Amino acid sequence: MGYRSYILVCGGTGCESSRADLIYQNLRKELEKQGLHEQVQVIKTGCFGFCEQGPIVKILPENSFYVQVKPEDAQELIAEHIVKGRQVERLLYNPEKDKNRAVTIKPSSEGIGFYQKQYRIVLRNCGFIDPEKIEEYIARDGYVALEKALFSMTPDQVIEELKISGLRGRGGAGFPTWMKWNFTKQATTSTTKYIVCNADEGDPGAYMDRSTLEGDPHSVLEAMTIAGYTVGAQMGYIYIRAEYPLAIERLKIAIKQAKEFGLLGEKILGSDFSFDIELRYGAGAFVCGEETALLTSLEGNRGTPKPRPPFPATNGLWNKPTVINNVETYANIPMIIMKGGAWFSSIGTATSKGTKVFALTGKIKNSGLIEVPMGITLREIVFDIGGGIIGGKKFKAAQSGGPSGGVITADVLDTPIDYENLQKLGSIMGSGGLIVMDEDDCMIDIAKYYLDFTVDESCGKCAPCRIGGKQLFGLLDKIAKGNGEMEDIQKMKDISLAMQKASLCQLGGTAPNPVMSTLKYFESEYLDHIQNKHCESGKCKDLLKFIINPEKCIGCTVCARKCPVNAISGEKKQPHLIDQAKCIKCGECYQACKFQAITRK
Amino acid sequence: MAKVTLEELRKLRENKKNEIHKRELEGKEIEIIVGMGTCGIAAGAKDALDAFLGQIDANGLKNVIVKQTGCMGFCNYEPTIEVRVPGMPATIYNRVNAEVARRIVAEHIIDKKLVSEYVFDKPSIDIINQK
Repeated sequence: MGYRSYILVCGGTGCESSRADLIYQNLRKELEKQGLHEQVQVIKTGCFGFCEQGPIVKILPENSFYVQVKPEDAQELIAEHIVKGRQVERLLYNPEKDKNRAVTIKPSSEGIGFYQKQYRIVLRNCGFIDPEKIEEYIARDGYVALEKALFSMTPDQVIEELKISGLRGRGGAGFPTWMKWNFTKQATTSTTKYIVCNADEGDPGAYMDRSTLEGDPHSVLEAMTIAGYTVGAQMGYIYIRAEYPLAIERLKIAIKQAKEFGLLGEKILGSDFSFDIELRYGAGAFVCGEETALLTSLEGNRGTPKPRPPFPATNGLWNKPTVINNVETYANIPMIIMKGGAWFSSIGTATSKGTKVFALTGKIKNSGLIEVPMGITLREIVFDIGGGIIGGKKFKAAQSGGPSGGVITADVLDTPIDYENLQKLGSIMGSGGLIVMDEDDCMIDIAKYYLDFTVDESCGKCAPCRIGGKQLFGLLDKIAKGNGEMEDIQKMKDISLAMQKASLCQLGGTAPNPVMSTLKYFESEYLDHIQNKHCESGKCKDLLKFIINPEKCIGCTVCARKCPVNAISGEKKQPHLIDQAKCIKCGECYQACKFQAITRK
Repeated sequence: MAKVTLEELRKLRENKKNEIHKRELEGKEIEIIVGMGTCGIAAGAKDALDAFLGQIDANGLKNVIVKQTGCMGFCNYEPTIEVRVPGMPATIYNRVNAEVARRIVAEHIIDKKLVSEYVFDKPSIDIINQK
């Protein structure tokens, strides 16, 4: 007999680190205690996306959405919900909780604003199936696309279908996928060809690919196999960061199961086509996300880029024709082959089809993983899905494209998001990191953060990136410390231009983007730092000064006691004084003062 | 598991589809809600629940969802269950044992006829709406 209830426990890395595995174990133990383990199935799924509220447990068929569940809660969930059929109200997701008022609770995930505007193609199985069971993937129309491609389509028809779909690379640049495949298919440089999956996700704050691999590894395996059939390759490699142990584990299980089923290996499903996939681990260098550097690293060398052309499509891995796409691009492909390119191209905008997965982080209420149709506006993402800014503060900007991208400002919140529009705004689609900033963020500080990252990650092979990045960072640091001069702005623009034009790969070519884009939209902030030696947000500590107003200070000594470096002196009931030479600008005194006697300038 | 042929893969997919379909909520219009309070369970609501699930499987009904709820308040008439079929009034049945449950699936859900002798009431929400 079938199960009467299903308990889905999130098994993404975010929830796992909040002890989701223990929740899973405890739920199973409790069910056994109650003798219900044959009636209720506990399934560990991939990421639900609603990471802000994790760990998440969803119980079906009631569709109860439990959030921030602790291992100790398992007993109550089973005793109340499963045995007695009563929902555990205190754990149900309640969007109004932080408003401190009683409202009607919307227990089901359909009622949650976070999911309302999402459209899931890539994440179709995440949070629904058990990623460690190939049967569950198969049941969700898994490997239908492979069947279709192998037995009723020619390689040219597969490419034609991709062309109709309008799918473009989801790794950042947005190159049409069908063209890549076609170049490799037509390449005559060698008959040995390779399929490579770029799972070297490196942008700070981005985890789209990790979640896809953790929640639905077979979708990538299936797509790579289809790619192999299409271009005539027999071998595929997934280049994945060694820092993604859970994704690696799930991929290993998935590959093993696919081999057992004959969906990978010799003569797949009895056809003449053979294909195999192996994993290769990256050591976490950001530059290895760049395709030529990735291939160099895959060959066993130090990961440094090569000039293009020749492109990997004709001269890739071991100089053989190679298709290289990222995880999200592959995850779209089984659905395109199964449902047809026309279906896919009906979603999105004129130039950008389908959906995009974003990792929404920063000063946003609902941090998490979202998948939205192309053409959605940033306003919808930030305010409808993201729930707005934490603490009701003012939205300042959002950074897309990580260290290679730029800021999107408040006045363009209503621009539909697609590859072209983001480029026009001076940013890029990137792989999907979306970091939201509020009025407390300083744009010079943000640019400095990203530059620091790219300087650190520069491989050092070419001068524009190695030297330019360092110089650019130096200028930003100078401005942030209050030593900026007006001519520094022109210097930064010149260096940026040189880096964009002359860098060997896109790491260097796009590294100045955060600087250029903040300069473009927030020039006044730069000027304020340079001319007035003032940082409005208070992030640039060297420009910050805490001063005690002697008229308001009653000499309560609270600030002096709070100060970690004993920079505040003064007798009891007498106005205190901050020694500016000692002050480390931590702001402890500012927060501790009950009389608003301390001002921050 | 040995390598599968194309036929076997398709068969496996169909079988597993039915199983996983139970997790889906979309397109399920018919609801059976079983009162699983302490009183209901003591009166045998679990047998009724099992019978519902068994019959739904046996008849291959894909648009039915079986939910549990707490005590409906008719403790004297347990086990009570509510059936909601589009186009028919929502109905509460009382004293539903396994046998009655099987009849409800066959008559109410498949043949769209009420199992009159076990009808207890219409849920209060309907009565409120009528006024």
